Amino acid sequence: MTYVYRSIALLLALTVVASPLTAHAEWGDLNMPVGVTELSKEIHSLHMTIFWWCVAIGVFVFGWMIWSLVAFRKSQGAEPDVTMTHSTKAEIIWTVIPVVILVIMAIPAARTLIAIEDTRDTELSIKVTGYQWKWHYDYLGKDVKFFSKLDRTSDETRQLNSGLDPHAVPDYLLNVDNPLVVPEDTKVRVLLTAQDVIHAWWVPQFGMKKDAIPGTVNEIWFKVDAGKTGVYRGQCAELCGRDHGFMPIVVKVVSKQEFATWLAAQQTGATPTVASREPAPSPRG
Amino acid sequence: MLLRLLGVAGGAFAFGFALVPLYDVLCDITGIGNSKDLLRPTSITAVNTPSADPDRRVMVEFVAELPTVGSWEFSPVVYEMAVQPGKLYEVDYVARNLTGRDTVAQAIPNIAPGKATAFFRKTECFCFTPQHFAQNEERVMPVRFVVDPALPSHIDRVTLSYTFYDNSTRVAAIED
Amino acid sequence: MANTSTVDHHDDHHAPTGLKRWLYATNHKDIGTLYLIFACTMFFLGGAMALVIRAELFQPGLQFVDPQFFNSMTTMHALLMIFGAVMPAWTGLANWMIPMQVGAPDMALPRLNNFSFWLLPFAFTLLLLTLFIPGGAPAGGWTLYPPLSLQAGDSFPLTIFAIHLMGISSILGAINVVVTIMNMRAPGMGLLNMPLFCWTWLITAYLLIAVMPVLAGAVTMLLTDHFFGTAFFTAAGGGDPVMFQHIFWFFGHPEVYILILPAFGVVSEIIPTFSRKPLFGYESMVYASASIAFLSFIVWAHHMFTVGMPLAGQLFFMLSTMLIAVPTGVKVFNWCATMWKGSISFETPMLFALAFLFLFTIGGFSGLMLAIVPADFQYHDSYFVVAHFHYVLVPGAVFAIMAGVYYWLPKWSGRMYSEKLGKLHFWLSTIGVNILFFPQHFLGLAGMPRRIPDYSTQFADWNMVSSIGAFVFGFSQLLFVYVIWQAVRSGEKAPARPWEGATGLDWELPTPAPYHSWDPPPTREVVAKGVAQQH
Repeated sequence: MTYVYRSIALLLALTVVASPLTAHAEWGDLNMPVGVTELSKEIHSLHMTIFWWCVAIGVFVFGWMIWSLVAFRKSQGAEPDVTMTHSTKAEIIWTVIPVVILVIMAIPAARTLIAIEDTRDTELSIKVTGYQWKWHYDYLGKDVKFFSKLDRTSDETRQLNSGLDPHAVPDYLLNVDNPLVVPEDTKVRVLLTAQDVIHAWWVPQFGMKKDAIPGTVNEIWFKVDAGKTGVYRGQCAELCGRDHGFMPIVVKVVSKQEFATWLAAQQTGATPTVASREPAPSPRG
Repeated sequence: MLLRLLGVAGGAFAFGFALVPLYDVLCDITGIGNSKDLLRPTSITAVNTPSADPDRRVMVEFVAELPTVGSWEFSPVVYEMAVQPGKLYEVDYVARNLTGRDTVAQAIPNIAPGKATAFFRKTECFCFTPQHFAQNEERVMPVRFVVDPALPSHIDRVTLSYTFYDNSTRVAAIED
Repeated sequence: MANTSTVDHHDDHHAPTGLKRWLYATNHKDIGTLYLIFACTMFFLGGAMALVIRAELFQPGLQFVDPQFFNSMTTMHALLMIFGAVMPAWTGLANWMIPMQVGAPDMALPRLNNFSFWLLPFAFTLLLLTLFIPGGAPAGGWTLYPPLSLQAGDSFPLTIFAIHLMGISSILGAINVVVTIMNMRAPGMGLLNMPLFCWTWLITAYLLIAVMPVLAGAVTMLLTDHFFGTAFFTAAGGGDPVMFQHIFWFFGHPEVYILILPAFGVVSEIIPTFSRKPLFGYESMVYASASIAFLSFIVWAHHMFTVGMPLAGQLFFMLSTMLIAVPTGVKVFNWCATMWKGSISFETPMLFALAFLFLFTIGGFSGLMLAIVPADFQYHDSYFVVAHFHYVLVPGAVFAIMAGVYYWLPKWSGRMYSEKLGKLHFWLSTIGVNILFFPQHFLGLAGMPRRIPDYSTQFADWNMVSSIGAFVFGFSQLLFVYVIWQAVRSGEKAPARPWEGATGLDWELPTPAPYHSWDPPPTREVVAKGVAQQH
C-alpha cells in the first residue's frame, strides 16, 4: 500500500506544482454563467435546480454505498446475510420515488421550453450565416450586412508554433474584426443558416445555442436586460472543419440610442434597395 | 436461427433506408412541418379561405441565400410584408446568372419557425421546377402564397427563405 | 491479456499450433484472447491519440499539431475506442465467458466466430491507413455529420468501408452470442438462471443486430451522396442534412448501451462475489436491462436538441430520456442493496467495480442534467458533454472491462496476478481519470466548446490539470499490461475458486479452464449447484 500512498502524494504534488504556471488564474470559472438575458437566467436557475437535486440524490446514494463499504467489511468480521436477495417493496419504492423526482424536474423545464419557443413581438431580425470559418450578419430590412471573423492578433498568435504568447493577446481567440451590435432591452430575433456545413451559434451569456444548417433557417431570440450593455463572447459550437475553433462570436450590446446612431452610420453610403411594401407594417407590439 | 437472425439484420439495413421516406411522413403527421411540401403547389381553391379575424396580420419576411459566392445575384424585391391570413399575395425575387454560362438552378425553400411550414401555402413558385438561366440573364420570379388562417396565434412572424443552388447535375436528378 | 491461452495446452489434442492456431482459431478461448489482445492494442493506439489531443490542449496556442490533424485525432480516437477497443473487448469477454457460464463446450458457430474476429484487423488497417494518405484521416467527427463529412478527401471511402466491415463483424459476433445462449445452455440452465453477464450480453446482441445495419445504411447513403449523385442529405437536391443525424442517432443511442450493458453484467457478477452475498433483485436487474435497451430506441434525438425541433418533439425526447434514469437507478440501488449486510473485501476486481459504481453514477447525474432541454441548449457540444460521456465510458465501460479481466484472469490462465500491483494500477487509474475528466465539467459550463484545438486563456488552468490527469491515466495503463504479463508468465498458481464468494458454472470448472469448457456437459447436479448459489 505504500506504493499507493506515494503515488497519490505525487499526483497531488504535480497538480499543485502545475497551478502557478498559468498567469491568468481562472480557477473560479466553475459554473454556468448566469447571463444577461431573461432566458439565460431562467436556464441558469433550471441548471442549478437539477444540480442540487443531483447533489441530494448523490448524498443519499453515495452515503449508502460508503456506509455499506465501511460497516460491512470482512476485515471487521462482517457476516453476510445471504437470505437478503430481493424485496418487492424496496423495488417499488426505488422505482416510484425517482419517477416522482423526475416529474418535479420536468415541470419547470417544460415551462422554460415554452418561454423559449415564444418568438412573438420581436423588434429586430438579424440573419446569421455560418461560413467556413467566419460569420455573416445581415440586419434584415436595414441594409446593413457584414462578415465577422477572428481578429488579426489572435489569428497570428494561433498559428502552429507562432512563438507568440496567447496570454499576451487580449481576449485570445474570442475577438473579431466586426462585432455584432445589438441594442439592450430589445427582443432580437436571430435567424440561423449556413452556407457550407453545419455550424452552431453560441453565446453562453445569452443562454442559447442553435445549429446553423445549410438550406434550413432556424430561429432563436434573446433580449438583453436593460443596463447590461457590454461585450459578450461566444464560439461556434458544431464541428465545422479545420478552423472550427477559430470562428468566435462577439456581440456588443449598446443603448438603444447608440444603436440607432451606429446603424445610421453603417447605412451611410449604402443605397437602400430593399424597402417595405404593401400596407404599412402592422405594429408589432 | 442463424438465418433468421441474418434476416433481422438485413431487415434492419433496409429499415435504415426506409427511415428516409418515414422521416417525411413523420414530419407530416406530427405537424413538424415538412419543407418538401413547399416544393409542391397548392390549388387556388384550397387556399382561398377567408380569415376568421380580418384584423389579424402576420409579418412575412423574405430571405435569399446563396451558397456560392459571386456567381449569382439573388434577392427578394421586398424585405417584409404584413399579410392577412387567408388572402393571396404575390412577391418577387430577382436572380441574375453571373456564372458565365447557361445553367440551371434550383431554389430550396424553408420556413422559420418550422411549425409554420404546414400553414404556408404557395400556388405558384419558382422553386417548383428548376430554373433555366442563360448567361447573364436576369429574371424576376414571382411567388404567390397564402398564409393559412389556422396558423397558431402565437406565431406573428414567418420567414420564407430560399437557398439558390446552382448545380446542374443535382437538379437534373430531381427533375426526373 | 497477452498469451493467456498458451498455458492451457493440456486439453488441446487436435488444434494446430503456432500461427495457424490463431489464424484458423475456432476455439472460443483462443478467439476470446485474440479479441482481447486486439482490443488492448486499439486501446493503446486510441489512447495515444487522446494523449496527442491532451498534449495540444495542455496550454493555449498551437504547439504540436495542425488543426486539421487535431480533428483527425478526435475523430480517429472515437472510432478506435468505440469500435476497436470497447466493443471487441466485450466480444472477447463474451467469447471466453458465455460458454463457460451457460455450460457449453464452445460457441455455437465457431467458424463464423473466426470470421467475425479476422474482419476486424482488416477494418482497422483500412481505417488507420487513412492517416498516411494525402488529405489525411477523416476529420469530421466520428458522428460523420454531412455536409462536413462529405468534404473529406480520399479517406472517405476507406472510412466507410472500414465501418461496414466493423459492422459486419459486430453483427456476426452478436448472432453467435444469441445462438449460443439460446441453443447451447446445459440442461437445467434456464434463461432466468443465467449469470447476469449472459443476460446483458444477450440484450446487447439483439441491440447490435437491430442497429448496426442502420448505421451501415446511413453510411451507405453518405457514400452514394458523395460518389453517385444521390441527395439523401444534400439540401441542394432536396435532401436534409438533419435527417442523417436522426438516422445516425437512431443507431447511436442504442450503441451507447451496447457499450455499457455488458459492463452492468460484469459488475453484477463481481459485487456479489466480493460481498459474499447473492445479487439483490436478480429478476429486476434483468427487466431493468431490457427496459434500458427498449428505451434506447426512443431517445435518440436528445443528441441533437439544437437542430431546431418542434416543441412537442423536444418534450417527448426530454421525458423519454429522463425515464432511462429509472431502470438505471434500479440497478444502482440493487448493487447497493447487494453490498448491504454483506461481508465485503477489496481485491482489485472489486475496487474497479466500486469505482465503476461511484463514477458511472456521476456520469448518470450529468446525463440527467443533459436531458433537461433548456439546460442542454447551454451544455450541448461543450466540454460538459465530453466530461459526461467519458465518465460513463472510461470509469464506466473500460473500468468494467478491466474489472472483468482481473476477476477471470485466474480462471483463464490458472495464475494469480500481483494484488499489490493490481491495486497500484487501480489507484493510479482512478485518481488519473478523475483529474482528467472532472475539470472538463467546469470547462464546459464556463463555455468551452468541444473539438477545438486551441482555446481562450480563461480555460487554461483546468485544461492543464486535465492534461496532467490524462498522462497519469494513460501511462498507468502500461502497468495493466505488465501486471497481466507478469501473472501469465510467473504468477502464483491459482486455486479453482480464487475468490471465496464466486458462484456460477464458470467457477465450477477446474483452473485453468479446460480448452473445451464443458465437454462433457455439466451434469444437472453441477448446474443446480452453480445456479443455486447465484440466487
